Amino acid sequence: MNTPTPISAQQDGGSASLLGGLPHQGGGRNEDLTRFTDKIVVENLSIHYGSVEALKNVSFSVKNHEILGVIGPANSGKTSFLRAMNRLNDLEIATHTEGSIYLNGKDINREMDAEEVRKKVTMVFALPLPLPMSIFDNIAYGPRRHGTKDKKKLAEIVEKSLKAAFLWDEVKDRLSSSAMKLSGGQQQRLCIARTLAVEPEVILYDEPCSGLDPISTARVEEAMFELKSRYTQILVTNNVKQAARVGDRVAFFLMGELVEIDTADKLFTAPKDKRTDDYITGRFG
Amino acid sequence: MRISSKTAQKIAFSFLGLAAVIVIVPVIVIFAILIQKGLPAINWQFLTAMPRMGMRAGGIFPAIMGTIYLVLGTIVVALPIGVLAAIYLVEYARRNWWTRMIEVAIVNLAGVPSVVYGLFGMGLFVIFLKFGASILSGSLTLSIMILPVIITASKEALSSVPRSFREASLALGVSKWQTIRYVVLPNALPGILTGTILGISRAAGETAPILFTVAAFYLPRLPKSIFDQCMALPYHLYVLSTQVPNVSQKVQYGTALVLVGLVFILNFFAVVIRSYMRSKKQW
Repeated sequence: MNTPTPISAQQDGGSASLLGGLPHQGGGRNEDLTRFTDKIVVENLSIHYGSVEALKNVSFSVKNHEILGVIGPANSGKTSFLRAMNRLNDLEIATHTEGSIYLNGKDINREMDAEEVRKKVTMVFALPLPLPMSIFDNIAYGPRRHGTKDKKKLAEIVEKSLKAAFLWDEVKDRLSSSAMKLSGGQQQRLCIARTLAVEPEVILYDEPCSGLDPISTARVEEAMFELKSRYTQILVTNNVKQAARVGDRVAFFLMGELVEIDTADKLFTAPKDKRTDDYITGRFG
Repeated sequence: MRISSKTAQKIAFSFLGLAAVIVIVPVIVIFAILIQKGLPAINWQFLTAMPRMGMRAGGIFPAIMGTIYLVLGTIVVALPIGVLAAIYLVEYARRNWWTRMIEVAIVNLAGVPSVVYGLFGMGLFVIFLKFGASILSGSLTLSIMILPVIITASKEALSSVPRSFREASLALGVSKWQTIRYVVLPNALPGILTGTILGISRAAGETAPILFTVAAFYLPRLPKSIFDQCMALPYHLYVLSTQVPNVSQKVQYGTALVLVGLVFILNFFAVVIRSYMRSKKQW
């Protein structure tokens, strides 16, 4: 799984985010200052599904324009956390959420409505989920529903989004053919392009490469690196190596608890908690 | 002596095949008899002329048109109510005693004998609401009768749209109603249409619900408004077979053939729509 360009980009981001754990420090050079401000703050978040506690009193923050990798075995609460971020948990009947999530300082559960949250915090799912319509209509779906009618504008958005997701060159000649005919990796990049089209601020990925081959995975990761300059990204993954490759910082969840969150370099070379060490070295999970 | 497994299998297959054949036989026999005895009666005049000589001669035009009016009226009333109710039940309603009661009511509605619908329609629409015996009363009565069919088919069609489509749309900040309107409904439409047409074809063939609410014994002209009575094919057939002496068998069978043909055409449309949509379906 060689991804030459991304790795250099990662080292770039990695060195900056070494200081990322301490907000508002190290912005002295030519770095963008907003890089170190908190985009998302999670405070004492607990999630119950019926009597099952999926997430236990978790608190941490996500920096602006970073890629936060989230790792952990099954049932560790990482997907629950992700679905709480854009309020998809609202759709489950028996969920109960305590604590708060702040986006740009605003409480997403109390000060924003669900549509507003989901427009700013969009999600790319584990399985590629193109809608049963053409490639063009898939990308234009979000902007259209949010009120963009102008055809020229829509065409611009579609082209821009597909380019940003590294898909434009592969599909530009068949925008009107069905999105269902694309390969798995192309479909997943289409889904990324579709979320970009609604101009979000945060992109959540729920194991986006679990069904993809290594080359498609590399292309999706490449897209994530390119998007770093404009978006905050949270990547939930079962693949520890992927978190190491892509993440600026990495959070390790276990049984609904946040065990450790640190820069990727530190977490993978010198984890503070023994459970983290056990997990990343493959002793369980 | 034990039967070898091969022989047992052969015996089982022949019984299964026999059961399947028994299903087809009545259909073929009914069509054969209807076509053999009814086809000679059918000509342009039979389809487009008014009945004459106390329905013993002439055509059945008003009965055909009456049935078409009733079918259209039923679609106009039952389709929107049925689909909207199904959307509510599948997409919005939470599971509680209230929705369970609605679902029990729908199941029971489907089990009510059609003659009871006729009496109910007469009581409510004809007498209480003073619509009189009219196309309006008849259509409303038929609508209530086929609502369970439409609701059940629509619910199934809506539930068969994968949940992941909804989440993909909702995750973009698209509202729930827009998600239903632009993602769920287009994909559920073939199922909804098929169910509706099957319901309608049942409505077209029913006698009891229209008996007291709309059907005219003998009315050799077309209705002028929805408050007029009209003739209808099923009731006309009943009248010809039992109420009027000395009607030639030819006319009776001809009428039956037209009625069955009409229902057959409706069902055929349902099949065509379903297979067309299925061929276009991408998931």
